[in-house]
Amino acid sequence: MALVYQRTCGLLDVPFHYCPGCTHGIVHKLVAEVLCELGLLDGAIGVSSVGCTYNNYEYFACDMQQAAHGRAPAVATGIKRVLPDATVFTYQGDGDLAAIGTAEIVHAAARGERITTVFVNNAIYGMTSGQMAPTTLVGQVTTTSPYGRDAATQGFPINVSEMLATLRGAVYVERVSVTSVKGIRAAKKAIRKAFLVQRKGLGFSFVEVLSTCPTNWGLSPVESLKWVDTAMQEQYPLGVFKGADLEVEP
Amino acid sequence: MARVEFREDRCKGCGLCVEVCPKHIVAMRCDVLNAKGFHPAGVEAMDQCIGCAFCAIMCPDEVIQVEK
Repeated sequence: MALVYQRTCGLLDVPFHYCPGCTHGIVHKLVAEVLCELGLLDGAIGVSSVGCTYNNYEYFACDMQQAAHGRAPAVATGIKRVLPDATVFTYQGDGDLAAIGTAEIVHAAARGERITTVFVNNAIYGMTSGQMAPTTLVGQVTTTSPYGRDAATQGFPINVSEMLATLRGAVYVERVSVTSVKGIRAAKKAIRKAFLVQRKGLGFSFVEVLSTCPTNWGLSPVESLKWVDTAMQEQYPLGVFKGADLEVEP
Repeated sequence: MARVEFREDRCKGCGLCVEVCPKHIVAMRCDVLNAKGFHPAGVEAMDQCIGCAFCAIMCPDEVIQVEK
């Protein structure tokens, strides 16, 4: 018998601290698998953000750096410019990237930094126990919007991928989800393409992954996947927003 | 012939593997508690496993390894 699925070499053998059913684990696996399969793991440097993934430097088997809240793209910019041959990526949640770090991500994309950002969007602040995020859906109940997000006073969710796709420096922008095996395969393909875009030096690459937060959504892990497929995808449609025709496969 | 191996101590009992199994042979083992205090997942009828690895792909905690 041959192994048809084995644990990836891109992750250390350390248990994740994430809640049961949190899809961060799946996204971690995909990033690690892609780095291994492309042979980039040894030369990869990841930048951890603040949020539930604050300590993912404990998990990835490559060099990692912790950045201040929202500043991962700025730190990654510095690393990439000093070490241009390294494969540099940031792994950020929506509370980090779309809130306190909005300026950093927009300007990193506008400058066309040769880095890759994996943006995990679960429409809530997970780590701090479920407050409203900029990505929270209109009507969504959180601890700071107990009657549902009211657009009249709390505004509308930010579609980060669509926004970044308007910038010339961002050459590849795609939104994927990890709610099914098919979706996970598509997400892996997108992350692979994002890293290849960086290796070719084409510019900034960005993959947004719709993710779950069963604990703070108050849903079971399986119900959470369904909520992503319905409510979340209505606000955040999947697709390639830029760079669909880029040929990067070696 | 396929074989699925679960690292029970790593399982958090989220049940995503149960949901994606096309043969419906993965189930939560309600009679077992692991060190974390969860009911871990396991395969009930290994002889029906087709080795598609859907459970392993879906597992967020790297619990599952599949041989075929």
